[in-house]
Amino acid sequence: MSVREIFASMEYGPAPESPDSANDWLQAHNSTLHHFIDGAWSPPESGEYFDSHNPATGEVLARVADGVAADVDRAVNAASRASEGWVALGGHGRARYLYAIARHIQKNSRLFAVLESMDNGKPIRESRDIDIPLVARHFYYHAGWAQVMHSELPGYRQVGVVGQIIPWNFPLLMLAWKVAPALAMGNTVVLKPAEFTSATAALFADTCRAVGLPAGVFNLVLGDHKAGEALTVHPGVGKLAFTGSTEVGRILRKATAGTGKKLTLELGGKSPFIVFEDADLDGVVEGLVDAIWFNQGQVCCAGSRLLVQESIADRLHDKIRQRMSKLVLGDSLDKSVDIGALIDPSQLQRVSQMVELGVEEGAGLWQPKCVMPEAGSYYPPTLLTDVQPSATLAQEEIFGPVLVSMTFRTPAEAVALANNTRYGLAASVWTENINLALDIAPQVKAGSVWVNCTNMFDAAAGFGGYRESGFGREGGKEGLYEYVKPLWEDELSDTPVQHLPRVEPAGPLANDDGPAIDRTAKLYIGGKQVRPDGGYSLASLDASGHVIAEIPAGNRKDIRNAVEAARAATGWGGTTAHNRAQVMYFIAENLSARSDEFIRRIVQLSGQDESAASAELDLCIRRIYTYAAMSDKYDSQVHATPHRNVTLAMKEPLGVIGIVAPEEAGLLGFVSTVMPAIAMGNATVVVPSLHYALLATDFYQVLDTSDLPNGVVNIVTGNPDVLSEVLARHYDIEGLWYWGSPEGSKLIEEHAAATMKRTWVNYGRYHDWYDSTQGEGEVFLRKATEIKNIWIPYGE
Amino acid sequence: MSHKPDSNVRPINERQPERNPGMPFRPELFSNLRINRSAVERRAANFGKRRSIKKDHQAAWLLKAITCIDLTTLAGDDTPGKVRRLCQKAKRPVRKDILQALGVADLGITTAAVCVYHNLIETAVEELKGSGIPVAAVSTGFPAGQIPLPLKLAQVRESVKAGAREIDIVISRAKVLTGDWQGLYDEVSAYREACGDAHVKAILATGELGTLSNVAKASWVCMMAGSDFIKTSTGKESVNATLPFSLVMVRAIRDYHELTGHWVGYKPAGGIGKAKEALEYLILIKEELGNHWLTPHLFRFGASSLLGDIERQLEHHLTGSYSAQFRHPVS
Repeated sequence: MSVREIFASMEYGPAPESPDSANDWLQAHNSTLHHFIDGAWSPPESGEYFDSHNPATGEVLARVADGVAADVDRAVNAASRASEGWVALGGHGRARYLYAIARHIQKNSRLFAVLESMDNGKPIRESRDIDIPLVARHFYYHAGWAQVMHSELPGYRQVGVVGQIIPWNFPLLMLAWKVAPALAMGNTVVLKPAEFTSATAALFADTCRAVGLPAGVFNLVLGDHKAGEALTVHPGVGKLAFTGSTEVGRILRKATAGTGKKLTLELGGKSPFIVFEDADLDGVVEGLVDAIWFNQGQVCCAGSRLLVQESIADRLHDKIRQRMSKLVLGDSLDKSVDIGALIDPSQLQRVSQMVELGVEEGAGLWQPKCVMPEAGSYYPPTLLTDVQPSATLAQEEIFGPVLVSMTFRTPAEAVALANNTRYGLAASVWTENINLALDIAPQVKAGSVWVNCTNMFDAAAGFGGYRESGFGREGGKEGLYEYVKPLWEDELSDTPVQHLPRVEPAGPLANDDGPAIDRTAKLYIGGKQVRPDGGYSLASLDASGHVIAEIPAGNRKDIRNAVEAARAATGWGGTTAHNRAQVMYFIAENLSARSDEFIRRIVQLSGQDESAASAELDLCIRRIYTYAAMSDKYDSQVHATPHRNVTLAMKEPLGVIGIVAPEEAGLLGFVSTVMPAIAMGNATVVVPSLHYALLATDFYQVLDTSDLPNGVVNIVTGNPDVLSEVLARHYDIEGLWYWGSPEGSKLIEEHAAATMKRTWVNYGRYHDWYDSTQGEGEVFLRKATEIKNIWIPYGE
Repeated sequence: MSHKPDSNVRPINERQPERNPGMPFRPELFSNLRINRSAVERRAANFGKRRSIKKDHQAAWLLKAITCIDLTTLAGDDTPGKVRRLCQKAKRPVRKDILQALGVADLGITTAAVCVYHNLIETAVEELKGSGIPVAAVSTGFPAGQIPLPLKLAQVRESVKAGAREIDIVISRAKVLTGDWQGLYDEVSAYREACGDAHVKAILATGELGTLSNVAKASWVCMMAGSDFIKTSTGKESVNATLPFSLVMVRAIRDYHELTGHWVGYKPAGGIGKAKEALEYLILIKEELGNHWLTPHLFRFGASSLLGDIERQLEHHLTGSYSAQFRHPVS
């Protein structure tokens, strides 16, 4: 077209970004990407390579080493050898390397961006303006954490060797999210990128060499699931971090169950994008462009489920369609492209099939008449309206540029629809009414809630899921805890620390005075004393083995009832922290008033002398005080993200937590585990120690008189092995804490994979509940909470 | 306009649209408008990033920008001599050799208008005679508008009588800041009537309206009152044209057009001095309003130094060498 023709048509022209530098880099590597192990490029043990393609053109970009277990083994060994030196370098030494990496990435930012777009198919605008700047930001930010780890995380140490498996949708950014905090905290890394996208990880390895990162600190194993599986099960790996599908996340949860490996999973989503009638609708439309047409919709937190208030639905849909007509599809290296190619033909096929299914199920399909490139895996931007909650597309992640829309009538209905999903990664809330926004944000089950914005990310703000979107956070201080261990965990014992009488049954106590009035211990569910569903009881033995009472043998139905009661009591989390503190002080007060009775019971069951029993009771009261105190002090934070907004890192209760209390620790074990959970606003279902069950059933009378709302603490006595499995398999429990055997711990983590409930198990390592570092503290509170980052831009 | 482009390359919508007749005052159409500043700023920051105009396209787009410029001088020391110079530059905004090299010498490229104070109207009309380039005059007590309404109306009438075909009026900011929307509607309606056949460009002075919501509401009121254009600024406020202001105003134009079918033009003014910025504005217009608005009938830049930067960019496009200011005739 001539200048005069363009002057007349005023159309856009091509604006190609040059691939030359990236091609030069690939050629310098003979278009072959190897593993990077122990500071050097390393060919695969298998000798096998596979082709990696440019999604925009379908052309082969590079040959990629096909990693196998032997490669992983070498990499883990290298990381293991490097660990000691990396830790010894200290925070400042590590900070210097991370800072150098950040600088090096910035200095070569265009090369990274171009290579990323060629490898992944994402528009160069996105890799250039979003991905790569965020990558550098993550290394800068975590260089800072390395520097101050000593003072900001006292009492913590590195995990050791960390295995990390990342997806293809943000290859280098996911690398940065994982590698930066891991290295900052003194870990060494073995990273396995997605098989579709290995290029920028290899370029990152070049960066590590350029800055002189010590050999073995960062290792790269390329390949497909074979390498991923080998990394998952490698005994030398102390922590595994994964971003990807919920399906694979479950496999990882099961594969690592009981091993004691730390695990973080950042999985799929079906994130709601809620639009109220008073929103700035033009702003909303652009928000949707950023939500679902960012990175071709291949974003785990994509705002893929539009919930729009019925009164404005038609108008908004019109505006969306108008905007969609302006979206440009094309080669990832064209600077004027909005939507690039999907990652792979298989993904194109999957998206097409899902949209067809949506239409079959009654959705209204709309796609703009856009120019489709001839080669490459392109799918047009798509709007599906009238998608009902029951439709497959309202529930399943599409992972493509496809927006499904449904309507709601009231704020309450918006929340109900938003939460009507197994996922919980992110949400957007659009309204100009701050009262409404701040009412809705805490109610939505999602790790990130963006008010009047969407897909906002920063290294200073944690990112991660609720529910089946996984667990753990990346970014912010909250993300660091995924890469450290408390030092006291090293001190845990392989055998119970507290004394558990192991006695042979000795029959009932002789009673010369005739029977006392029977006092029947019951289950405590929903604030009521109830008999066990099964109608069986278990004998409670004193320290000498005499049967002193019978305790209810709870079964699965009792657990079911207790969980229902707890679910109904989750409003406890919405009461003020001051109120919760008052109730807990009242519990302490009432326990203190019944000291004599409890001391006698402790003596009776434990065989300790009276002064030891008295000391235990005193410690229980102190511990209740501690958590009462912390209930309004373990509070939320505002993160310093580099935007004009408030980023609230809000601590929220998990919801319902199942607690299998330590068998050996009597009343102290019960109090130490239940109090932090309720202090943070959770409702609990507690399986108390079997031997010390009578202390728990005595304790509910204290609860009864302390204004604790019904259902906040439910107590189901019985065989912990049986009951903990029921809890682990229950779908309506957000968290499960377990202190018991290695086998029990493994069982719980395995079963938890189905729902991705947050588990905290002891792998058969025992706390000293008398010890203030092992028996109480910030870890308990952290495990009782989930951090939700709420982004609130401001400015009128 | 008298310049007659080659019919084969006639820009779309070269035909002048019907004037905006305005509509009755209906505050319910704008009183609930909510503008989210952060969302506006995010979008505004993206036009130049989401779209890249390179090479021949850039040259063509910059030529388009020239045809949309209200070449302006609004200074206390303006003299007839200065204005004559400006008018000649408006007629021949780009060196002939550059236009020839670009293959557009026969398109009759001129600026859209010349914009002056009332006292210079006659000089400008005289100097532009036969060119088809209209003279625009700032009016109504420009820039602050702090004079009585009868004087404002008298000034409008005098300027029209003197030959101005476009009148850039300033609105009373006080009416916006006190929420007197009816008063604003009445005022702008009166200007429209006083203008007769001359076109009304309503200057909102966005930098003085406090909030983007006020900018949107004032846009609506001015359009309802029959403004042919809405314009950001006088160039004399501390904040003048910005992309966020522009986004809010063109979205109001779009919604008004969808509601009424009437066409209202948009003029950012003040502070746009670089070719790169001009491209961002054109992208904004194309993306938010569409190609129909990419015509001097519906889009203008109020600018004095922009042309010089565009000339340099055009020469760079042709030669590959960065140009210098002295190589291009001044206005």
